[in-house]
Amino acid sequence: MTEPAISLTELSATDTLLTLRLRGACTVVRLEALQKALDPLPKDRDIVLEVSGVERLDTAGAWALINLAKRLEKAGKSLRFEGASENFQSLIETVENAYPEPDVEPEHALNITDRLDLLGRKTVAGWTFLSELMAFLGLFLARLFRSILRPSEFRLTALVHHCEAVGVQAVPIVSLMAFLIGVVLAFQGSTQLQQFGAEVFVVDLIAISILRELGILLTAIIVAGRTASAFTAAIGSMKMREEIDAMETLSLDPAMMLFVPRILALLLMLPILGLIADVMGLLGGALMAWADLGISPAMFMTRLVEGTDVKHAIVGLIKAPFFAVTIGVVGCHAGMKVKSNAESLGRQTSAAVVTAIFAVIVIDAMFSIFFAEMGY
Amino acid sequence: MSEHAEKAPVIRLRGIRNQFGTQVVHDNLDLDIYRGEIVGIVGGSGTGKSVLLRTIVGLQTPRAGDIEVLGVDLNKASEEEHNDVERRWGVMFQDGALFSSLTVRENVEVPMKQIEGLDAKTRAALADLKIALVGLPYLAGDKYPSELSGGMRKRAGLARALALDPDIVFLDEPTAGLDPIGASEFDQLIRKLSRSLGLTVFLVTHDLDTLHATCDRIAVLAEKKVLVTGTMQEMLKVDHPWVHSYFHGPRARAALETAEKE
Repeated sequence: MTEPAISLTELSATDTLLTLRLRGACTVVRLEALQKALDPLPKDRDIVLEVSGVERLDTAGAWALINLAKRLEKAGKSLRFEGASENFQSLIETVENAYPEPDVEPEHALNITDRLDLLGRKTVAGWTFLSELMAFLGLFLARLFRSILRPSEFRLTALVHHCEAVGVQAVPIVSLMAFLIGVVLAFQGSTQLQQFGAEVFVVDLIAISILRELGILLTAIIVAGRTASAFTAAIGSMKMREEIDAMETLSLDPAMMLFVPRILALLLMLPILGLIADVMGLLGGALMAWADLGISPAMFMTRLVEGTDVKHAIVGLIKAPFFAVTIGVVGCHAGMKVKSNAESLGRQTSAAVVTAIFAVIVIDAMFSIFFAEMGY
Repeated sequence: MSEHAEKAPVIRLRGIRNQFGTQVVHDNLDLDIYRGEIVGIVGGSGTGKSVLLRTIVGLQTPRAGDIEVLGVDLNKASEEEHNDVERRWGVMFQDGALFSSLTVRENVEVPMKQIEGLDAKTRAALADLKIALVGLPYLAGDKYPSELSGGMRKRAGLARALALDPDIVFLDEPTAGLDPIGASEFDQLIRKLSRSLGLTVFLVTHDLDTLHATCDRIAVLAEKKVLVTGTMQEMLKVDHPWVHSYFHGPRARAALETAEKE
């Protein structure tokens, strides 16, 4: 934009009065120049500004002129405008009336009490969160029981739909992941075991680690990532649009309509996904063992059946329902915490994924200790 | 204002055609808006009021027609001319459209960042001034949009639209979703700011009270074009069926009565 430059020229000066002529465009674009011109003006006498040469004035320009007036006022002097048009005067008045006055003291730094206070709040919030999750679990179990007593309230169609979304559609990614884990285990195991001439034990290594731990754990982590977030997003957006409130006013139970089919679908699907992961992991391990160590599939099979107890598979798969309920409860609970804005939806979705994955790992660790203590 | 009518219009639309698929929203639409006036755009649902606003500010490219804003033909303008024009208009979207990760003050500062030579302190001070001008308390500057009520978000959106002292302000449903008190305060704010800052206001609304309280001129969108423009009094005499039922309905009469009492 071509706006005329600012010029400030002295017309007359006495000991008590300084008369200046201001010309140009007093706008936000020329604000820097305007401030540079006004700042060095003396504060020891009254100032009269001849402003008939001001071509444009906007609120930024008016603000700069009012700042000058306020500085002079502080020093007991005054600023007057001469030759001001009606628009000029009214704009100055508008800005003067709106001139912002800070009405707060600046925030002080955090001291030790504030920090302790913060720590306490966080701790309490953590406990509250845990007890909320427990309450949610209780709600789910109560509704599940109710649907056994009154099967007509149960939503079978929704369950089938969620089984497809949670289970069937996760099969490709879970299979690929487990297959690659099997390959990696066989490859890593073979290089280590070859040093001792104990290549054949790679079968036990693969079988035990996949069946007991990795198959189901990694499946649960993937499912936590894709399903917990999906639950939170779906329920959260319903919460945002007040659909859940609408359900309650229509005496529909959101727990029955939304949570039971979702969590139950997870409960049914996760063991199956875990089983698929086990099979694919063993397949990947067997292929790599064949390629890298020359252990034929038949030999792998024999060794697997002879050397690996079926209890390992049971130990692994028994964890699946626990993981499933945890992921489902965390996802649905986070969805219900969504407030009426989009930011909280995003925040809760990522929080749900992090919490679900963390919880899955913690539960897995607890199972490890349990089985080790029980000698299983 | 009629005394400006002889001047060149600040917004001049000629032969605008907007089409979504086979559905024609505007066909051969003409409209002139003059400096310093507040023009209210009314029309039934689906007549393309918001589309017209989006067309003028360049968010929607029309199939045909010329848009001239502040003497610049936007179809033929170079990028630089385009930027200059964009700097001289401000748009307030329906719910404020504030950036949610920034505080209100930072939101108002965003447009000022294109101005060279403004240091951070001056920017913040000017933003505080704009926040005060739209009638928000000083403390609102530190808040995030999600912490504000709907009415405050609209005011903050207006503050951001006014950040660079534009010549033209586009307001999309400024009073939708506000309670009657908040709405009438907003009406007065628009009128006051328009008069004291010399703003030209392009206002899309459904609110008959807003039309009475703020608008100098009303443009009615119907039959895919601007059917008629004129003052409120002139609208009452138009005998097109839609215009008639709009301005003679029970709500219109109530709004007119309150306006007359004032």
